[in-house]
Amino acid sequence: MAKKESQSRILNRVLTELKAYSTSIIFSILCAIATVYLTLRIPILTGQAVDCVIGPGEIDYVKLLSILEVMGGTVAATFFTQWIMNRLNNNITYSVTKSLRDRAFAKQQHMKLADIDSHPHGDYVSRIVSDADTFSDGLLMGFTQVFTGVLTIIGTIYFMIGISLKIALIVIILTPASLFLAKFISERTYKFFGQQAKLRGTETSYIEEIILNKNIVRNMDYEDDALVKFESMNDELADASMKATFYSSTVNPSTRLVNNIIYAIVGVLGALMAIAGGITVGGLTSFLSYASTYGKPFNEISGVVTEFQNALACAERLFEMIDAEVEVDEGEKIIDGAKGSIEFKDVFFSYDKNKKLIENLNIKVEPGQRVAIVGPTGAGKSTIINLLMRFYDIDAGQITIDGVDISDISIDNLRRNFGMVLQETWVKEATVKENLRMASPNATDEEIIEAAKATHAHSFIKKMPYGYDTILSTDNGSLSQGQMQLLCITRVMLNIPPMLILDEATSSIDTRTEQKIQSAFNKMMKGRTTFVVAHRLSTIREADVILFVKDGQIVEQGNHRELLQKDGFYAKLYRSQFA
Amino acid sequence: MKFILSYVKKYHIRAILAPFFKMLEAVFELLVPLVMASIINKGIGSGDSAYIIRMSGVLLILAVCGLIFSITAQYFSAYVAVYSASDIRHDLFAKILSLSQGAKDRVGEEVLTTRITNDINQIQNAINMVLRLFLRSPFIVAGATIMAFIVDVKSAFTFLVVVGLLSIIVYFIMRYTLPRYKAIAAKLEKVLHLTSENLTGSRVLRAFCQTDKEKKDFEIKTKELASMQINTGRIAALLNPVTYVVVNFGIIALIYVSMKRVDSGFILQGDIVALVNYMSQILIELVKLANLIVLLMKAFPSAERVSELMNMKSDERAHLENQGQSNSADLKLDHVYFSYNGGNEYDIEDISLNIPSGSVLGVIGGTGSGKSTFLRLLNHTYDVTKGTVTLDGKDVRAFTDTELSDIFGIVPQRAALFSGTVRSNMTMKCADATDADIEAALTTAQALDFVQAKDGGIDATVAGRGANFSGGQKQRLTIARALVSKPQILILDDSSSALDLATESKLKKALMSLPWHPTIIIVSQRASSVLEADQILVLDDGKCVGLGSHDKLLGTCETYEEIYYCQYPREEANNG
Repeated sequence: MAKKESQSRILNRVLTELKAYSTSIIFSILCAIATVYLTLRIPILTGQAVDCVIGPGEIDYVKLLSILEVMGGTVAATFFTQWIMNRLNNNITYSVTKSLRDRAFAKQQHMKLADIDSHPHGDYVSRIVSDADTFSDGLLMGFTQVFTGVLTIIGTIYFMIGISLKIALIVIILTPASLFLAKFISERTYKFFGQQAKLRGTETSYIEEIILNKNIVRNMDYEDDALVKFESMNDELADASMKATFYSSTVNPSTRLVNNIIYAIVGVLGALMAIAGGITVGGLTSFLSYASTYGKPFNEISGVVTEFQNALACAERLFEMIDAEVEVDEGEKIIDGAKGSIEFKDVFFSYDKNKKLIENLNIKVEPGQRVAIVGPTGAGKSTIINLLMRFYDIDAGQITIDGVDISDISIDNLRRNFGMVLQETWVKEATVKENLRMASPNATDEEIIEAAKATHAHSFIKKMPYGYDTILSTDNGSLSQGQMQLLCITRVMLNIPPMLILDEATSSIDTRTEQKIQSAFNKMMKGRTTFVVAHRLSTIREADVILFVKDGQIVEQGNHRELLQKDGFYAKLYRSQFA
Repeated sequence: MKFILSYVKKYHIRAILAPFFKMLEAVFELLVPLVMASIINKGIGSGDSAYIIRMSGVLLILAVCGLIFSITAQYFSAYVAVYSASDIRHDLFAKILSLSQGAKDRVGEEVLTTRITNDINQIQNAINMVLRLFLRSPFIVAGATIMAFIVDVKSAFTFLVVVGLLSIIVYFIMRYTLPRYKAIAAKLEKVLHLTSENLTGSRVLRAFCQTDKEKKDFEIKTKELASMQINTGRIAALLNPVTYVVVNFGIIALIYVSMKRVDSGFILQGDIVALVNYMSQILIELVKLANLIVLLMKAFPSAERVSELMNMKSDERAHLENQGQSNSADLKLDHVYFSYNGGNEYDIEDISLNIPSGSVLGVIGGTGSGKSTFLRLLNHTYDVTKGTVTLDGKDVRAFTDTELSDIFGIVPQRAALFSGTVRSNMTMKCADATDADIEAALTTAQALDFVQAKDGGIDATVAGRGANFSGGQKQRLTIARALVSKPQILILDDSSSALDLATESKLKKALMSLPWHPTIIIVSQRASSVLEADQILVLDDGKCVGLGSHDKLLGTCETYEEIYYCQYPREEANNG
């Protein structure tokens, strides 16, 4: 019941979406009606033509020729109505898909980071790519098929009754038998498909695992064991797949049998009636032609029902994405060139409302100060960055920049005031130049090269096939992690905002290169409030404020000397390196 | 195509029987109009009710035979499709396992997975469809034409014209649309890529306020896609109407021609009905055929891609004649050169080095200095280009991969566990390891505590990709995994990066006091990790720029000093 309700809700939404195309849809419907009518006229005309040809010398030439002329006209008209209908449907389908895709993608730009972080990315991708296709294909093609199908059924019944009521009734009563048969078989094969899908899933994840860790498999000399394990999965899958494929493929022959039997009955009854003079040979011809096509729309419609439900499910997933909550961006204040005093006042925050994380956090950072965030892996060092950039919003308390609450600042403006380099390097599939220009679209080539030289990225960029015009690809692994990090640093270097966030920005860069680019780093950080997450103590020692994070909490706060004196977590960490 | 055939061949009898039974079914279907014609001609013509009822029996027999033949055909084609695909999947998996590291890296993990799953599923569908339908349609088209000739030669010439015209039309429409469908698929791939890239980069994109630009870029791509689809659709939308027109004009011509034949007394009224029937059958089958071709065209590239992968050459590695087992684990590199692409630019250049059994070697160097490549030469993952690597005086190329994997225990840079249990991970290399062996390895790797804290201890479940362990825990488990088999040479490829320094130093101590005294090779970017090594190899751009103990290097190797002082600023190091 609830399912039905939600389905009708989605259907309503879909109809509203389609309103923009109402003219096309109306024309498409008119063409469909015309096509069905014209197509169904042909058997009648053929039958009439046959009746003009009784035997040698018994041929009504005049009537026959005029019938053939009408047939020609009908066929020609069908051509146009069908063609226009196909084109209209294409246009509607592809336009709807595009508009849904665009809107879902636009939403993706402003969705809450929490939703992106907690949700498998592949799922959003498949909504935008395949769900959009399945929806428009399934819905619009489904709609045309149901519509023309129903019309064809009604039309066929009408024409059949026109020829002979008795035989028409037989066809109408017997045809559903093939439908029940089809349903009967597919219900019984359904479980085989389920089994196939399950085994396929298991096998795929095993394949993924082995491929991902191929080098380990090699080093462990595990290939033969892996193959043996795979073989048993693969054999099981083949057997399940065989059952699913074969049993489901018996549907068509079986329904065909029922239809052939109906055909035979119609043929015999019609012929017997013809002897008695109740029907002409032409009439019988038309009838046989209707009888053989009458069952087809039924099969199509029943197939469409599942497709239609599938389409609605896809629509729901897309709408869910289009309706997703967005980042709160109600602030209107603009800060230009922030001085960089940052304050956390009694901040409370947790990712999971049932699991307390940051409670009553107070930090005060003066303009130009360097804040180091230290702590074990997974302790939540990045959380503070998430809050500063408003990737996540705090639950209570206040964060201010130059005394302004960050929730009062327009979100774009807030973010523009920070330069960010993350450990997880990310570049776009675009040229090196385009990637570097991300923060400063107007940078000249010279400026780019200069910045790249300062970060020692120039030398490897130069060696790439097309230098600065080489297209970076995320998955071909042409650049090492360290080189990617250098690019990300260069990206920020080109246009340095008043405040900086460096989250393990040099973790993959070797110590030597790191030293080489130190002067560039110093220049970058000079006079700018900087948050650094790092594990190298040499970087940390020089910070003005060190925040030691453990289990999401800031357990120690102070500078290097103060914290050593305190003899707590930080002192312990520090000594473990130098002991 | 050839590639698929080679797999279908194994089931050749079934593969021939499937279309054979389909053909029988088609023949029985084609007999129906003839029976109807004689019902009209003889039955109605002479008012013979008994004849009509007899003929209805024939129609029923035809229908039942059709069912039996068709189900038999479906069984054979499902069998051939499913089991050939299963064989392909098996061979491809074996192939992937045998691919060399270099070859695998070039193809990429995701691609490999798609090949063995989606692509092979497509092939399975295609085989099934071809056996079931692809041959049926030509049978019916040809059969209907032949039947028409049997009914009346003169009228049947219309069939030749219609079939000829239809073939030409279908051919041209296909020729126009098929390559365009391919282009559309490629464009869709772009949209997919953009979406997924946008998700991974969401933080960076928002930080750089790129969202509006992203939206615009995306809309350009979808617009291009939609217009390609609409343009191609314009031609594809012609297929049905055009074939419909041709066949129906064929029917009109047929009635006109056969009417004259009836008038001259060559054929009867019922024969016209049969002829019209055959013509309509051709239309139905041709439309099915066209749809099928589109489906097949999607499978062709899949087959091509799979066969390409299947024929992919693993990088050939030389194997020398076996010179017997190694007695000690003394490793020696003698003027070793290596180049990935075989050119004159060497990725490893002139490295000579002795690593005596039981000693500790540290390898240090910047990103791209050749550390990982160096390691891969030791256990013959790659062939040296020049020079030799010897183990106990015998060339490493003289050992089998299995022998080498027994000698070397390697802890990779990226800690990866396999789904199963801690035990199943620990016993990958030696299936007969006892609990004591495993616990000893876990103890050394500083992993016993957290493993025992898990439900089930060493039988605790490991989720896919080891998702239920933290990064540091995973690293320790992979170290333990390498230790279980007690390898003579243990290689740690920057594999303690996620450990805090206290744990790392405990781990190091435990490794140094392993009872069987393996050679230990530690690769790291941190100077602290290699300080105590017997010798430290300093790599820069593939060349050895320093070799010796920490104390020796500190005075003589500039690169080493740079790395060292970067982590331990001078005053601190002096105080410490």
